[in-house]
Amino acid sequence: MISSIIFIVLFFGGAVFFIINARKVRRNILLGKDINRKDKFSGRVKIMTLVALGQKKMFERPIPAILHLFLYAAFVITQIELIEIILDGSIGSHRVFRESLGGFYTFMVSFIEILSVLAFIGTIAFLSRRNLLKVPRLVKSELNGWPKLDANLILISELTLICFIFMMNGADEVLYSQGLSHAENLGEGSLGLIISSHIGPMLFGGMSPEALHMIERIGWWGHIVMVLGFLNYLPYSKHFHILLAFPNVFYSNLEPKGKFTNMESVTNEVKAIFDPSFVPPVVDPNTPMRFGAKDVTDLSWKQLLDAYTCTECGRCTSSCPANITGKLLSPRKIMMDTRDRLAEVGKNMDANKGEFKDDGKSLLGNYITPEELWACTSCNACVQECPVNIDPLSIIMDMRRFMVMEQSSAPSELNGMFTNIENNGAPWQFSQADRLNWKNE
Amino acid sequence: MSENQPLIVPTMADYLAKGESPEILFWVGCAGSFDDRAKKITKAIVKILNHANVKFAVLGTEESCTGDPAKRAGNEFLFQMQAMTNINVLNGYEVKKIVTGCPHCFNTLKNEYPALGGNYEVIHHTQLLQDLLNSGRIKIEGGSFKGKKITFHDPCYLGRANDVYEAPRSVMINLDAELMEMKRSKANGLCCGAGGAQMFKEAEKGNKEVNIERSEEALALNPDVIAVGCPFCNTMMTDGVKHFNKENTVKVLDVAELIAQAKDL
Repeated sequence: MISSIIFIVLFFGGAVFFIINARKVRRNILLGKDINRKDKFSGRVKIMTLVALGQKKMFERPIPAILHLFLYAAFVITQIELIEIILDGSIGSHRVFRESLGGFYTFMVSFIEILSVLAFIGTIAFLSRRNLLKVPRLVKSELNGWPKLDANLILISELTLICFIFMMNGADEVLYSQGLSHAENLGEGSLGLIISSHIGPMLFGGMSPEALHMIERIGWWGHIVMVLGFLNYLPYSKHFHILLAFPNVFYSNLEPKGKFTNMESVTNEVKAIFDPSFVPPVVDPNTPMRFGAKDVTDLSWKQLLDAYTCTECGRCTSSCPANITGKLLSPRKIMMDTRDRLAEVGKNMDANKGEFKDDGKSLLGNYITPEELWACTSCNACVQECPVNIDPLSIIMDMRRFMVMEQSSAPSELNGMFTNIENNGAPWQFSQADRLNWKNE
Repeated sequence: MSENQPLIVPTMADYLAKGESPEILFWVGCAGSFDDRAKKITKAIVKILNHANVKFAVLGTEESCTGDPAKRAGNEFLFQMQAMTNINVLNGYEVKKIVTGCPHCFNTLKNEYPALGGNYEVIHHTQLLQDLLNSGRIKIEGGSFKGKKITFHDPCYLGRANDVYEAPRSVMINLDAELMEMKRSKANGLCCGAGGAQMFKEAEKGNKEVNIERSEEALALNPDVIAVGCPFCNTMMTDGVKHFNKENTVKVLDVAELIAQAKDL
């Protein structure tokens, strides 16, 4: 009875705290400008099925893809077991589904156990790739400090969680064989859990019933505390991707990657130049007009969703021609900076009753430097690589637009190129009248 | 066929004067008009068009930059000024179909002009070559590239930007050459370093130039030819090959030049 109350308080406390923080993330994302990504529903479902559910782009690199698949499958399937844990915790039952589901229950829990072992192997491999093998994209400078710790904390938590599952199931197997388990006795000599029925006796074989009950409870409580703790860690971590990957892929850009956004505000001005009778649509005078992006609030909600979805895998950076050749630009850093600045703006709002108080900072300058932005070749390799369809290039372009159209701070050679196009319709100093000279050369 | 056969290059204005319209507009592009190396590609395309009796026209002095480098550099205003000017000219001639000699022009005309009132069917010259070969309007038998090792460098604005990977390859199959793929090819192709207006500025500080990285990868295959489909890639790869002192043994040629040379045009 007391344990049920503790459980319910803990569970609701964890859920409410998570919802409060998740709503803050949602609010932050919606600080972005509107963009229509609600069209073409069937195309969006299709891309989500292929890329998010089907992990299509992950399999461009098979080894991490398989390791990741272990964790991904284990995470999804384990949620079923969580339902039982919640019920057991609330009503004080033990393995409440076992009696009604019978053989199917044994099958499901065994399946979860197999996936958990695979996930354990995957997690160890991931820890090794980061800390021992030092895979280049996982040890780049933008990961120094918190991002590296964050990654390791996530992996260690996953290992701990799996250990709790096997403590719970393993001790219960030993108890069951001695007729001491609280699980419904269905007549067999074992719970029949494919892994725990073997490792349970190996690990906990000679222990006293009291110790076994203790281990089983530590496993059970450890499991749910880890789940709730992990859930509440997500909004502070890159690991939020486990929740945002699907919606982020759903709202993908479905246009050709070479098609950059058209700036309607500019179109209206240009139309007015060409046609003096053109009346531009009325703009709300309260919204200051800005060309391009200086800060996160100049970006679209999808670009901000991208930032929270990024799990810092670095496939973008490892395929970026600028980064490969030693330039400062790292598309992953663009996403991390965008997220960190957005989180900072959100905290600022929380501290000032929901209103953003100017802190004299901006994404451009305080986080991302012009040198990074000007190194981009707009080749779309980063966009192509991202397993969850994040688009770092669109942020780079929006910031270039701000630098050129608001600050006039383009590199001088580019200003020369602009002048040439303006004056003679080519990026070089050749006369438009000579455009057909090649014919007779 | 001879070197001296004059090129037939009618303009849209010529067609209009005759009260006719061509099958297709050939958008030459700034590089194709002014860059000495790229002019050779332009001429190769024209030779093929002439040989296949394609009724085409150019805009000539009425053509102007599509605005691509301005847009990629962040100057949306200049881009749209260029686009609107060009759209006025193109729509004035009631242009329906365009072939470009440059993937940047191709991408901009195809993807970014419609929102500004310019709606055309736009193809890259490798796609036109594919059509001409498939329909039998040009035929290649044997030719000077038989058995040669050729590797194709995907232009970003043809490949990733627009998912055109097969057209250049299916054209080159006709050369009876040995086509080799670099490790980073098609969707995973590495940029030559020129895109995003980089062509017009010095690169940021790093430890290598992008075109050197890419040329190194191509040269590792010991090819006879590095095939390209973009005048800017052509410049970058040519410079890269020179960097490794391989210009006497490895040629950097556009797909159109390969076809024109194979047919001895």
